[in-house]
Amino acid sequence: MLEQYLPILIFLGVALVVGVLPLVLGGVLGPQRPDAAKSAPYECGFEAFEDARMRFDVRFYLVAIVFIVFDLEIAFLFPWAVALGDLGWFGLASMGVFLAVLVVGFIYEWRRGALEWA
Amino acid sequence: MPELPLLLEILLKIGMVVSPLLLAVAYATYAERKVIGYIQVRIGPNRVGPRGWLQPIADAVKLLTKEIILPRQANRYLFLLAPVLALVPALAVWAVIPFSDGWVIADINAALLYVLALSSLGVYGIILAGWASNSKYALLGAMRSAAQMVSYEIAMGFALVGVLMAAGSLHLGQIVSAQQGGIWHWYWLPLLPLFVVYFIAGVAETNRAPFDVPEGESEIVAGFHVEYSGMAFALFFLAEYANMILIAALTALLFLGGWLSPFEGLLPEAAFALPVIGWLLGPGIHWLLLKTAFFLFVFFWLRATFPRYRYDQLMRLGWKVLIPVTLVWIVVIGLAIGFNLGPWFS
Repeated sequence: MLEQYLPILIFLGVALVVGVLPLVLGGVLGPQRPDAAKSAPYECGFEAFEDARMRFDVRFYLVAIVFIVFDLEIAFLFPWAVALGDLGWFGLASMGVFLAVLVVGFIYEWRRGALEWA
Repeated sequence: MPELPLLLEILLKIGMVVSPLLLAVAYATYAERKVIGYIQVRIGPNRVGPRGWLQPIADAVKLLTKEIILPRQANRYLFLLAPVLALVPALAVWAVIPFSDGWVIADINAALLYVLALSSLGVYGIILAGWASNSKYALLGAMRSAAQMVSYEIAMGFALVGVLMAAGSLHLGQIVSAQQGGIWHWYWLPLLPLFVVYFIAGVAETNRAPFDVPEGESEIVAGFHVEYSGMAFALFFLAEYANMILIAALTALLFLGGWLSPFEGLLPEAAFALPVIGWLLGPGIHWLLLKTAFFLFVFFWLRATFPRYRYDQLMRLGWKVLIPVTLVWIVVIGLAIGFNLGPWFS
């Protein structure tokens, strides 16, 4: 069972090499001539003022939280969908209840404006 | 510990997937410039080699010999780790993609789960790049990108759930063979809304136009990779194109019957018994490549045709259109399976 996953492990190793090798080659073959202007963070030609790690809109955080709820829902749906053939109407009905509860939550979010960006 | 010949065999197989993939990525950039060029009544790259055939190689050599600039205020190690972290999952996903019946490196049962898991790792590379650069534009691009990718991942996941319900398996080979029986049995027809949603979400997941607000050249100059140069930049580019080809291949596998032939059931049996023509008409890797190339062309076509979405429009499309559509269609499929409807769910 687990030996089927061996090629994946090796593939990850190969992918890591394919990822790191160009960086090393680029570092060796390319010049290294940093100067004050070149290594300054880009800001339309100005000297950068204040730190770049500034405060950002809380809505990004909200999206992340809502995402976790829905992603978990997908994680529940995956095994259910695979086994649906054996579960029959009972499986369909129980998932229907589960989805209905989540849809109520989704409508609540929608009405509260959690999905608005304007 | 597995013996040496087995390891060599696996490495050989990986090479047979990775090297054509990297070549395909290089020439996808060329094809994109040519396609967009002709759509805009230009001829695209035509200087390097005959008809510009050597352009991707010239680009690669140029990027290889350019300085990798490390911004003064960046976190050096995270800054260099980010492009690698973007590329590794984009390549490693290909371990479970079947190219024809049984032509797959790792024949695992949970293939689709693996695909979903790895393709959602790509967002780490992007957000890390934006953070480690310590530049305002990079951070803005990374925030936008992360929010966009997680939003469209939900629509994408729901679309996949529909496919799983219809096929009853996470194994990509079995999903394809569940679509056997001719062009009307492929899932594009019974799962049409999910097919459309999946492809749109795929375009958004790869940050391609018209959903390229994370890069948005005209607003935030290049978004998360504004501080990257040389090979570090090239790695992001590679990852984006590898992901694009992956989405195209997955759409072909999940909704267009993968390597199955569109002529199945349409032509008389005798036609498939002909020496060469029969092989061309029958199922095989060439059909998968053809379908993948078609979806890649659609990627380029979209970029040449549509202007960029505004950010609030983009989030509205993801949350208020795509997700409700998929939810409704999952219920429809559930009922169709319950009633053993038609040729697809019986």
